[in-house]
Amino acid sequence: MSPQTVIFYCLAVIIILSAVIATFARNIVNAAYGLFFTLLALGGVYVLLRADFLAVTQIVIYVGGILVLLLFGILLTNRRLEDLIISGQRSSLLGVVMGCVIFAVLLAIIFYARWPQSENAQLEGTTAPLGYLLLQNFLLPFEFSSITLLAALLGASYLVRPSERD
Amino acid sequence: MTEPATIIPRHPHYFLDYADAARAQLAQSFRLWGVTLWPGADVPPALVYLAAAVVGCAVIIGVLCLTVMVLVYLERKVSGHIQSRLGPMYVGWHGVLQSIADVFKLLAKEDLIPDNALRFLYSFAPALVLVGAFAPFAALPFAQNLVMANMDIGLFYIIGFASIEVIGVIMAGWASSSKWSLFGGMRLAAQMMSYELPLGLSVMTIIILAGSLNLNDIVMRQETLPYVLQSPFGLIAFILYYIAGLASAKRAPFDLPEAESELVSGFHTEYSGMRFGFFFLAEYASMTLISAVGSLVFLGGWNFPFSGDGRVIVGLLQLGVKTAVLLMLMLWLRWTLPRIRIDQVMHMCFKVLLPLGMICVLGAGIEAVSGAHAVMWALVLLLVAATYIIGRKSNSFAPARAKGHL
Amino acid sequence: MTLEIGLIHYLVLGAILFALGIIGVVTRRNAVGVLISIEIILNAANLNLIAFAKHAAKGLALPGLQGSAGLDGQVFAIFIILLAACEAALALAIIITIFNRFGSIEVDYANTMSG
Repeated sequence: MSPQTVIFYCLAVIIILSAVIATFARNIVNAAYGLFFTLLALGGVYVLLRADFLAVTQIVIYVGGILVLLLFGILLTNRRLEDLIISGQRSSLLGVVMGCVIFAVLLAIIFYARWPQSENAQLEGTTAPLGYLLLQNFLLPFEFSSITLLAALLGASYLVRPSERD
Repeated sequence: MTEPATIIPRHPHYFLDYADAARAQLAQSFRLWGVTLWPGADVPPALVYLAAAVVGCAVIIGVLCLTVMVLVYLERKVSGHIQSRLGPMYVGWHGVLQSIADVFKLLAKEDLIPDNALRFLYSFAPALVLVGAFAPFAALPFAQNLVMANMDIGLFYIIGFASIEVIGVIMAGWASSSKWSLFGGMRLAAQMMSYELPLGLSVMTIIILAGSLNLNDIVMRQETLPYVLQSPFGLIAFILYYIAGLASAKRAPFDLPEAESELVSGFHTEYSGMRFGFFFLAEYASMTLISAVGSLVFLGGWNFPFSGDGRVIVGLLQLGVKTAVLLMLMLWLRWTLPRIRIDQVMHMCFKVLLPLGMICVLGAGIEAVSGAHAVMWALVLLLVAATYIIGRKSNSFAPARAKGHL
Repeated sequence: MTLEIGLIHYLVLGAILFALGIIGVVTRRNAVGVLISIEIILNAANLNLIAFAKHAAKGLALPGLQGSAGLDGQVFAIFIILLAACEAALALAIIITIFNRFGSIEVDYANTMSG
């Protein structure tokens, strides 16, 4: 058993357990911390997949940005400090059945399809090639995504502006 | 279309090379006077790498803990002398053993968990903060070839893992079920998130100038001149970096998250004993990190002014001196400047540091393409001088206080 | 379950994450909970893309760069992370607006538009 195998299974167990917490935890803060471990362990999986730049990007943007935003959202939208924020479950049986069906379909596709067995050659570092790809082949989407980010920023700050009546 | 293949750097992975050498040594039988003491064994490489990683981590953590103890002592001494006191004097000569006494005090204290606290998150938060403070050191080159993980993305990794600390702090603030903790945690999260932007932009300036994310490369390119002197934008970026670093290490004047006068002591109000010690350790470790990265990226690290032909001791000494100077500056600032208000913190970040950082990135881009360092210096100096003169004439740049509305 | 980790393993992991995310989106009533589940779904997609980037037989390769084949999968993952950041910022703005208007972030309360 190669070390990669051991590391992969450890990470997979962490990912699945914490994703289950993120999905089913009644306390929404616990769910957010479940998401934290999912994202962190996924970063580890990206390293296994030789995507070092993406692994760090994952941690910077998801853990350092999106997750903190989520926690802020939770802390800003509860009225009292004393009681925990409990999120109710709605028609959980239907949801679980739906999830299982989708999972079964996905599994069927994964095992039915014939995937390429090849493995791409290892790069010493993905940063420079990624930079070239972004600024040569994907220049238009790259520039467009910056406009999207700006629009999202403006939209978000417009939505949460103090209302005129106050 | 230009040919990209030539620019991609290939680095030896120094630490793994050491591990390979160790493995080769193990594979040879070790004999003494004809007796086989160690039968040569083919140890699996993964095991050797793991052992090497554990040893490396232990060394780094040990050195860091020592540094923190010295820093705590120095801080108390410096604060004492700045305030015309003597500081700790009783334990050892001039109180040099005070930190050791402090450690024993922290270890002996009872580890309290408040009744309302969320037990798991409460006890896990200090560990997370510690991880965020210590993990970046794995990619820090202490001297040429003296680095645990020589990654292509070293600088990015350091900036990224430092942001894990924020999560730990919010966790601590939330799990304590105390108002002071929650306010402190939220303040710190807002502050650290905001100041990550100028921090990232200032580092980005150097990344553009150096054309690499690898810290070893960045330092190697400063053999003749460090980036603060090579480029005007390097100098501006260094000042930005230092201010943003102060804020993200929650040092005065940006220490609102633990403002004693309003929030008891912020997010770690409820913590005691060794868990409090962890927060303490993390704070001083991140100060050290900010200073060390600053001296590596901007001040030439272990390669300026003496390259020393890659000798470890020369590099360690140079890096140590630079880091110590930056750290002392932090201590000095803390006991000199008053704490600023939260709106001033945000104003500073978004209206001053962020635009300056963007100008730096833009200028560094132009400079990296054109290579006209001297012209850029002249331009920036002229601009600063012009701003100063116009500001003195028209008084429009004067602070609000001078115009009569405080 | 084989000992060598291949493409299938990553795909199955991605499928599990995707299914969990779908369950969360359907069953959660808290808006932030829904957002968390959406992030899980996006991450599942990312995992698949990066796994394909490593294992794809043919991919966009940079001229003169050995072994850069398939990196376009990683570029797609970067764009997804970027869009996830936009989406999180906007969603939180919407959540805070809903909270100010309805006094709760349970999505069931925001039903004034339903007939």
